[in-house]
Amino acid sequence: MLTRRIFLKSTGLALVSFGVAPRVLLRTAYAQGSRRKKALVVVFQRGACDGLNVVVPFGENAYRQMRPTIAIPAPGAGREGALDLDGFFGLHPALEPLLPLWKEGTLAPVHAIGSPDATRSHFDAQDFMESGTPGLKATEDGWLNRLVQSQPDPEATPFRAVSMTPTLPRILSGRAAAVAMASIRDFDLRGGGNGPAARGFEEMYEGAVHDVLHGTGQETFEAIQFLKKSDPGRYQPAPGAEYPRGRYGESLKQVAQLLKADVGVEVAFTDVGGWDHHAAEGGVQGQLAARLKEFGEALAAFRRDLGDGMQDVVVVTMTEFGRTARENGNRGTDHGHASFAFVLGGDVRGGRVHGRWPGLAPDRLYEGRDLAITTDFRDLLGEVLSRHLGARDLSRVFPGYAVSSSRFPGVMRAA
Amino acid sequence: MPLPHLRAAGLALAVALAVPAAALASKKLPVSPDPDATIVHVLNRLGFGPRPGDVAKVRAMGLDKWIDQQLHPERIADPAVATRLGPLRTLHLSTGELIARYEVPPQARNEIQEKKAELGNNPSEEQVRAARREFMQKYRDRMDGTPQDVVQDLQSAKVLRAAYSERQLDEVLADFWMNHFNVFAGKGPVKFMIGEYERDVIRPHAWGKFEDLLRATAESPAMLFYLDNWLSADPNAQPAELRDRPPRGRLGRGPFGRRPWFMGDRPAAAPPGQGKGQKRGLNENYAREIMELHTLGVDGGYTQKDVTEVARCFTGWTMRNPRQGEPSFFFNDRIHDHGDKVVLGHRIVAKGGGKNEGDEVIHILATHPSTARFVSYKLARRFVSDEPPKALVDRAAETFRKSGGDIRAVVKTIVTSPEFLSPATRSAKVKTPFEFVVSAVRATGADVGDARALTQRIAAMGMPLYQQQPPTGYKDTAEAWVSTSGLLARLNLALDLAAGRVRGVSVDASRLVPASAASDPDAVAAQLVPSGLAESTRKTLESEAAAADPARVAGLILGSPEFQRR
Repeated sequence: MLTRRIFLKSTGLALVSFGVAPRVLLRTAYAQGSRRKKALVVVFQRGACDGLNVVVPFGENAYRQMRPTIAIPAPGAGREGALDLDGFFGLHPALEPLLPLWKEGTLAPVHAIGSPDATRSHFDAQDFMESGTPGLKATEDGWLNRLVQSQPDPEATPFRAVSMTPTLPRILSGRAAAVAMASIRDFDLRGGGNGPAARGFEEMYEGAVHDVLHGTGQETFEAIQFLKKSDPGRYQPAPGAEYPRGRYGESLKQVAQLLKADVGVEVAFTDVGGWDHHAAEGGVQGQLAARLKEFGEALAAFRRDLGDGMQDVVVVTMTEFGRTARENGNRGTDHGHASFAFVLGGDVRGGRVHGRWPGLAPDRLYEGRDLAITTDFRDLLGEVLSRHLGARDLSRVFPGYAVSSSRFPGVMRAA
Repeated sequence: MPLPHLRAAGLALAVALAVPAAALASKKLPVSPDPDATIVHVLNRLGFGPRPGDVAKVRAMGLDKWIDQQLHPERIADPAVATRLGPLRTLHLSTGELIARYEVPPQARNEIQEKKAELGNNPSEEQVRAARREFMQKYRDRMDGTPQDVVQDLQSAKVLRAAYSERQLDEVLADFWMNHFNVFAGKGPVKFMIGEYERDVIRPHAWGKFEDLLRATAESPAMLFYLDNWLSADPNAQPAELRDRPPRGRLGRGPFGRRPWFMGDRPAAAPPGQGKGQKRGLNENYAREIMELHTLGVDGGYTQKDVTEVARCFTGWTMRNPRQGEPSFFFNDRIHDHGDKVVLGHRIVAKGGGKNEGDEVIHILATHPSTARFVSYKLARRFVSDEPPKALVDRAAETFRKSGGDIRAVVKTIVTSPEFLSPATRSAKVKTPFEFVVSAVRATGADVGDARALTQRIAAMGMPLYQQQPPTGYKDTAEAWVSTSGLLARLNLALDLAAGRVRGVSVDASRLVPASAASDPDAVAAQLVPSGLAESTRKTLESEAAAADPARVAGLILGSPEFQRR
């Protein structure tokens, strides 16, 4: 049976988000270089990243005591320690490429952030963080999709919401049209978007009005043609913007290409896996360090690539939960609670670590074992959505949660 | 609602109705029973879709008899598959043989690190290829192939079996259990263990008692390594006692050191450097997943306390020789936590060495009512619909409980149920990329000499076989697979396959679209699509048929919305 979520999407409501007939849209020349639109890029670290070894609380003795073999040493030992941020927190040394961003004030780490639901299941926790409704499994769409739904835009392009992934993630599922693509280059139909095969498929999918695939079909053909006109492949990375090899770096590079090509991207998503380090997590070097190196290099390249364009873009990173404060018996960490987020952007209040630090004393730990949550992830997102994207109806984006500016962590500069 | 004219002779209304299953369900249109539509439906669900001629064969045999035969795969001769798998030389080797002949020799690791440093951070594709060639040249007398070859053979074999085996339901069920008890080829030596895991752990138990299957996975090197249980130890065990726990160092390490860059592998684990006398302790990873994913389900009624207690019960469930020789299960009582535990309200006490504790946990979990329900639900979701009817799940769970977890009996309850055979269920499932690609191969009667290109297509659609990293496995519901990118990849495969543009695969498009049927899309659809064609699809195909390009017509059929469903 079709779920209601995808059924709604298939009954033509997907068109509402375009606002105008897509055919008309395709004929409309997109005004190059006139992008005033703000954009949000969400990066999901799947597998539960160990925030305590990313934004390192070296100022807290308990940190070293609980992690005898994997703790990152305090700064001062050359490359062997954390990169000092404020005398208490430091970045993992593998994140050195991000230090210039911290210094220029575009990088704002948020600590002790997460989803309030107690689950330690990767699957459920990711689901909750993508649906935006912790504890509620019945939610049918993702919060990023609801954000798009909540702001109808008659001038939206097929690329208003885009995910650089081979499948559409939960966070972007829903009634609003969204494009998923593994790569810009491969996003074309054999024989061309105007060839006979394309026309044949287009007719078939246009006619399949009762099928979940109908909406997806339309979105696909519109996106192909639109992409051809705007030719984002022209936009090569700016000098010095060196993205790391691999799908994740490539996906951020392509998000930058789309932004620079002015194809109307408002929300973009990508994800990066490999954070579930139950064994041999490593400290200054090792598995986590290797993942962080790639993670940070890509973000730093993205920032450099966008240049002044960063003024209109905010990147938010998130992960489903953190890991145990104590290392386990295999020099790794098990599933925990709070973790961290990075916020990166031109109008971000960077250069300081945000979020109230709950501490690592035994009585401060969540269930006696994990970093406690002091910032609900929806409060951070609420601030970014309202102050950066101008979202007004946050109760629609996060139903059942009273987003209040009094709880905003303060990562955005006042508008 | 467009009701098309009835045209194809011999086709009943049900096939020609331009109404997808969902609309049928909501409108309750009267549908006359059509034997061929039911046969196509069953071939799509108990297998990977019909080949040319399959519908007629099943019709001649009788559908009930065919289903019964599929429920007993051991009674079906399957010579074609053995021939197809012949060229995949790594398939029949043991884990130890694979490690000996396909793992990178230890002395090569440093060289790789040096080469990597020499090439810098962002080597070009050409540099990487050249380095790989150079390396293979140098070590060819010590290696029969690369670790990548081992994974490729697994992937190819999976496609070939699904496409050519007469034991279609056996393949579906093996795929289901491999996904239920997912392991990830990219983690350390797991890639060398998966062949044995599928051959000797999953398949022999796929039709037996669930408890036996669960126990076999719990004791398998692949699962022990993948979910880290082989490392889990009583934190109070003395380091001296740990010293005879095999082996030291290099655990969790990828075949090429930290970053096997030139094999295109995923970043592998670094050595944990557990020095001598290093204390180890509890690891919760397996304990949590055996409850959440393998048995009870996430809402099955366990707590964090239960996770910790189950982890304590499984301390000492480890293995010998994970990196050289034959990896094998081994219970090490010296690192077992001998204290009393309470799991889901059951008090568990060590007897003898203490292996009984893990065995008792397996028994408690396998016989728990939540498990009967969770496993039945997942099977019904696979065979029937994304949201299977509650009454059916209840009956399947009842069969599970009454039969002591007899998998064959549960599957039979589901696939002979009225809900499964109901016309409303036809075409209710969207094919996964694997299902789509294999069904397209079958529908065209393609001859796959080399399945590598097909496995790459499946990967590009977001489903790299044996490479799903999280323990949840791949999703089995429509929304996971419906996306612009996924659809585009399907359309392109449809066109390429029909035009003979997929390397290693030859297709005679006229088999799918025989000359006589070119102007009769319904006749083709009747052999492939259980709920018939939509009006728009029929029109498109009819106008295309005039162009008399069988390859394009075949491509359009394979890319049609109807063919994306099963």
